[in-house]
Amino acid sequence: MKITSFRRDEAQDFAFTPENLKKAKAFIARYPEGRQASAVISLLYIAQAQNDGWLSPAAIQHVAEVLEMAPIRVHEVATFYTMFNLKPAGKYLIQVCRTTPCWLRGAAALSRTCQDKLGVGFKEMTEDGMFSVMEVECLGACANAPMVQINDDYYEDLTPERLIEIIDALRAGEEVPVGPQGGRLCSAPEGGAKTLPKVPPGAGKGA
Amino acid sequence: MLLQDKDRIFTNLYGEHDWGVKGARQRGVWDGTKAMLELGRDGIIQQIKDSQLRGRGGAGFPAGLKWSFMPKENDGRPHYLVVNADESEPGSCKDREILRNDPHRLLEGCLVAGFAMGANTCYIYIRGEYVLESQRLEAAIAEAYDAGLIGKDACGSGWPYDIYVHRGAGAYICGEETALLESLEGKKGQPRLKPPFPAAMGLYGCPTTVTNVETVAVSPEILRRGVDWWTALGRPNNTGTKIFSISGHVNKPCNVEEVMGIPLKELIETHAGGVRGGWDNLLAVIPGGSSVPCIPKPTCESILMDFDSLREAKSGLGTAAVIVMDKSTDIVAAIANLSHFYMHESCGQCTPCREGTGWMWRVMTRMVRGDADIEDIDTLLEVTYEVEGHTICALGDAAAWPIQGLIRHFRPELEKRILDFKKSGQVAAE
Repeated sequence: MKITSFRRDEAQDFAFTPENLKKAKAFIARYPEGRQASAVISLLYIAQAQNDGWLSPAAIQHVAEVLEMAPIRVHEVATFYTMFNLKPAGKYLIQVCRTTPCWLRGAAALSRTCQDKLGVGFKEMTEDGMFSVMEVECLGACANAPMVQINDDYYEDLTPERLIEIIDALRAGEEVPVGPQGGRLCSAPEGGAKTLPKVPPGAGKGA
Repeated sequence: MLLQDKDRIFTNLYGEHDWGVKGARQRGVWDGTKAMLELGRDGIIQQIKDSQLRGRGGAGFPAGLKWSFMPKENDGRPHYLVVNADESEPGSCKDREILRNDPHRLLEGCLVAGFAMGANTCYIYIRGEYVLESQRLEAAIAEAYDAGLIGKDACGSGWPYDIYVHRGAGAYICGEETALLESLEGKKGQPRLKPPFPAAMGLYGCPTTVTNVETVAVSPEILRRGVDWWTALGRPNNTGTKIFSISGHVNKPCNVEEVMGIPLKELIETHAGGVRGGWDNLLAVIPGGSSVPCIPKPTCESILMDFDSLREAKSGLGTAAVIVMDKSTDIVAAIANLSHFYMHESCGQCTPCREGTGWMWRVMTRMVRGDADIEDIDTLLEVTYEVEGHTICALGDAAAWPIQGLIRHFRPELEKRILDFKKSGQVAAE
C-alpha cells in the first residue's frame, strides 16, 4: 500500500497548455463515449510532466474537470499509484529497484551509493533540485539486475562505480547511454546469445 | 532435448533485428493471418484447445478454454480483449522483450485472439514504468494501421479491429485481471469479486477476456505451423515453447526461449552460464517468480520446468522466472525482501492481506535476526494459512507461499538463528 502524505500549501493555478489539451483529448478518444474516466492515468501523466514532475492539488483538480470526474476519484487514483509524485521531485528522479532479484545482485549497494553520493535520504531532493532518490519494488528487468530507473529510462547491469559516473554525467548535462551498461544487447546472455546465431529466412513459415 | 532454432517463435528476442513491420514480416509475422481468421471463431478456439496451450501469465489456465467462455452470440454489448502487459512479478522480465523487440507478433496475436472472442477492440495494459516499451508498441500499432493489418478491414478480412495501448502507473496488483479492469476504467486497481467473471461482465460491464502477452503472441504461430508441431514440443498438457527469465546468482542472467519442460539444471547450465561458483554452490531456486515457493538444491537436480512437474514439487511454474540463489545468500532475508514487496503492493481492500502482509513482513524481519522464539515459526506458518485463500484475489496467497516454502525447506536455518540470537543475548547479559 502506498503510504502517502499530501501537499496542500500553495494555492497555484493549473491548466493544460493547448498542446497538452490536444494530447489529452487524443487519449480520451481511445475509450468509448462516456468512459472518459479511463484516460485518467494518461491525463495525470501529462499534468505531471507539465508541472515539473509532480502533481499539485490544482493539477489534480484540473484533470477532474477535463474528465468530468468527481475530484475525489482523481485523488484516489493519484494517491493509489506509485508513479505519481505528490510533492516536488528533482529534475532526475532515481528509482532504485530493491526487490529480491536485484537485491541478490547488489541493489542495496546502489541505494547506499545514491544516498552517500547525493547526501539525501529516500524521497528527499538535493538542495539544487537536480536529484531525488527512492527505492521502488520490482521494475521488471530482473535479467539485467541490478538496475535503476531515472525518469523514463532504465539503466541496467549496474555497479556502484558506474552509477556514480552516471550521476556525475547527468549533473554535467552529458548524454548517458540507457539500457545495459555492460554493453550487452537487451537481456541476451553476456558474451552473446547461444541461440539464434542468425535468423533463418522466412522463419515462422513452418519447420 | 533443447529447443532447436527452427522451432523458435521469438526470433528477435534480444532486439538484434528490425522490430518494425518490415523486419517482422521477414521473420514470418503477419503471414497468412487472413487465412487464420477464415478458420472462424470456433475453428481458432478448437485449435488452441487442441494445442493444450496454457496461459503464460502465471496461473497456467488452458487458453482455448478461457477464450471459449466468451459469449457465442453478441447481445449488443461489445466484446473486449484486454492484454495483460503489466509484467511486475519479481523475477519476470519476458514480456518486456516481446513488447520492445517483437511487437508485431503480439499485435498479430491480438487480432487473431480478439477475433476468436468476437471482439473488435483490444486494449493492451502495459505497466507504467515500461515507457520505452509503450512507445515502441504505439509505433508498431501505427505501422499496423498504415499497412491495413488492423483497422476498418483488418488484413482484408472485413473484420474491423482496433488496438489501443493503455499505460498503468506502478501497481503490481493491476496484473490481477479484475484489478486491471478497474484500473482500465479509471479507478484504483482493487480486484473485483468473482463471479461475475470477466467473460460475462468485464470491462465496462461487457464480455471481456484478459490474457498475458506471451500467450497471445504465440497463438498465431500455433495456427500457422500447426497444432502437431506445437504439441510435439514438451509433454502432454505442458506443451510448446516458453520464455524463461533467469536472474540472481548465475554467471550470465538472461531471457531465453526454450522447450516447455526443460530440466532446470540444463536450463541454468546451458543458457545462463551456470550457477555462480558452480552447481554445487547452489542453495535454492525460486522457479516461477516471487509468488511460488522456493525449491532446495536436491529438488533442483532433476526437476522439469513445466506446470505439472513443479506443482508436484509443491511449487509452480508461474511466469517461468527462475531466481537462482547460491550458498552466499541469506535465504531468510531474501524471502523477507519478498514479504516487503507484498506488503507494499497489497491494495488494502481485504483485511487478511492488508494486515497480514505487514505482520508477516515484521515477523520475517525478526526471523532474519533470529529475534524470536522457536514456537514463532509455527505461529508464522499458521498466519500464512490464515491469509491464504481468505482474500478476494491471489495476492494474499502469493504473499503466503514464499514463507511457506522457506519454512518447509529451511526450518533448521530459522531455528539456528533463533538459538544463536538467544545465545548472543545471554553472552551479552553475562
